[in-house]
Amino acid sequence: MKEESMIRGADIVVQSLIAEQAEIIFGYPGGAIMPVYDALYDYHEQIKHVLTRHEQGAIHAAQGYARVSGKVGVCLATSGPGATNLITGLADAQIDSTPLVCITGQVAAHLLGTDAFQETDVVGISMPGTKWNIQVRRVEDIAPAIAKGFYIARSGRPGPVLIDITKNAQVDFGQMNYTPCLGFRSYKVHQPIDPNAIQKASELIKQAKRPYLLFGQGVVLGKAETELKFFLDKTGIPAASTLLGSGALSEDHPNYVGKLGMHGNYAPNLLTNQCDVLIAVGMRFDDRVTGDLKRYAKQAKVIHLELDAAEINKNVKVEVGVLGDCKESLSMLTEAVEQGSHPEWLGKFRELEQMEKEAVMQHDITPTKVGLTMGEVISQINRYKADDAVLVTDVGQHQMIAWRYFHYKKTRTQITSGGLGTMGFALPAALGAQLHDYSRQVICVVGDGGIQMTIQELGAIMQTKAPVKIVLLNNNYLGMVRQWQQMFFDKRYSFTELDNPDFIKLAEAYGIKAQKVTERNTLTESIEDMLIHDGPYFLEVVVEKEDNVFPMIATGCSVEEVRLS
Amino acid sequence: MKRYTIFVITENFIGILNRITIIFTRRGINIDALTASESSVDGIHRITIEVTTSEEMVVHLVNQIEKIIDVIKAFYHEDSGVVYQEIALYKIPVARLDGSLEKIIRQHHAKIISAEQEFVVLEVAGHKEQTQELLEILKGYGLLEFARSGRVAVAKRMRTIDQYLS
Repeated sequence: MKEESMIRGADIVVQSLIAEQAEIIFGYPGGAIMPVYDALYDYHEQIKHVLTRHEQGAIHAAQGYARVSGKVGVCLATSGPGATNLITGLADAQIDSTPLVCITGQVAAHLLGTDAFQETDVVGISMPGTKWNIQVRRVEDIAPAIAKGFYIARSGRPGPVLIDITKNAQVDFGQMNYTPCLGFRSYKVHQPIDPNAIQKASELIKQAKRPYLLFGQGVVLGKAETELKFFLDKTGIPAASTLLGSGALSEDHPNYVGKLGMHGNYAPNLLTNQCDVLIAVGMRFDDRVTGDLKRYAKQAKVIHLELDAAEINKNVKVEVGVLGDCKESLSMLTEAVEQGSHPEWLGKFRELEQMEKEAVMQHDITPTKVGLTMGEVISQINRYKADDAVLVTDVGQHQMIAWRYFHYKKTRTQITSGGLGTMGFALPAALGAQLHDYSRQVICVVGDGGIQMTIQELGAIMQTKAPVKIVLLNNNYLGMVRQWQQMFFDKRYSFTELDNPDFIKLAEAYGIKAQKVTERNTLTESIEDMLIHDGPYFLEVVVEKEDNVFPMIATGCSVEEVRLS
Repeated sequence: MKRYTIFVITENFIGILNRITIIFTRRGINIDALTASESSVDGIHRITIEVTTSEEMVVHLVNQIEKIIDVIKAFYHEDSGVVYQEIALYKIPVARLDGSLEKIIRQHHAKIISAEQEFVVLEVAGHKEQTQELLEILKGYGLLEFARSGRVAVAKRMRTIDQYLS
């Protein structure tokens, strides 16, 4: 796109976003960003804007959109409090590698550093929580900054970018001559895979008696789902998923053995310390996955396929690090290894899975007690959900239970705050995910604590008519903290019980159809009603107050100390 | 714990130093000394950071620094891998100049780089141990002010900045 006539900086902002094929902006107006909002008025046919009710809602919505679509989420906010309200979302996107471009307004350049109204040093504040950020003070720097921002956000290991634009730059006139960024010297994205590393890795795999593969979100971000499946098909190696890796491999795959981590499955955790070769693909050995590092997979030779050089040898020392895009390295590795199968080793996983079924899952899914469990709600959702339904969860007990029992079949169906553990993430993220595709089933499972951190976004759901299905699992507690208080703090329930509002009335006040389930006999029907409803729906399920999530690896314990009760 | 010199070759953008130092702050690592200056190549800066820590940590720090978008290259060396120098300035009252001080100036290869009515300024370039030794002596001569630079260093390894840029 080339235009010789001068246009306002604000128009350059919007035209740059359109040039980057941004379809939707999540934002909130205010003084220092008003010129951009004024410009948006003229472009509403080319780019959509969604007015959330809080800037944190805007950025989580942009995250939800980015996670479900694989595109860059775009967020717009004003200076000062508008900008600082983005910080939680930036930190969340940074740790979960979510591509975002956030544009904030800033006071005019001549006022910088004077403590002007709504001035805050957002570039300084957001520095540790962004992949890259920049302040733009001149109109001619706007388009190059946005081009560079999009390139950085989506390339390599994705992440959030913040571009702070002073008001004078927005109102000054400049040339619009948009050139997409294709790279620059300090930032090398493409690393060719080292064939020696592939060779070494394949030899280790060939000799392995009990090889075991762990996959993370890197497989999704690298669009390597098919390559992962081919590798597993050929080698017959058992594979387990991290929290954010779920969906990268269909849970129906014969080699799929379950989930890793503090509240993952029994076998995948326990057997980590029995494998002889551990192949980690696109995951970063988070402490919630490894437990005590000193007692983590010490017997195994570790192969790490990873795009980010800083992750290799960061937490777990590896035998072979394969640096680069796992889409390439996985297919090279598939080529190099021999056809194989590990029925006995796989059988060990199935044996332990049976133990978990009897000790935990039975109680969770078909409880004998009166109160409803979170697990049975998710298992009923599984019966009626679409194969490509997206599950968006908040943080806490419901998050772990929903993850444990939701049946993941397709990629990009798992949206949750993994690394940062941001309560309040789910509702706005579900809105963002839904707005990417109105026809997709988006199920937002949330607790009574987390939903109240961003409950104002029911307003944005009302206004956009996004047909999000909200399932509130209400136990009138901050359940995960309460569980820890029960287990590790002598049942001293310090400030975890909640007196809640009438959620049904609240949802209805926003014009959202709502229903409350308190008895088991109406659960199935209510879930069916919700999923066939054309429009947003709010289903509150009152669940057992003091249920716990198991299995569990307590803090400081080893993966082999995973408990069933 | 060992002393390491971290070299950072970077674009000259606002905020880059901040981005680098917060990596140390976050991990509770103290920077012993830091110098930043333009390099021999236009628009490229080099930052030299001296730090005392474990090798495991220095590797981790360098990896994190290199992840910064505008950083071109980061690497580290032990003292044996670098040629380095520091400069120190000592301000001494004129009244204390005597024959014994002349001897000290000669022995430490110090230079008088400024002589004012009330004071003189001595300059010594060398390693920290050397400048520190002189500091201790000059404390006995009514030392008025002392300043020491961070380390400037070049690696012994034969690579040029241009090789990192290509």
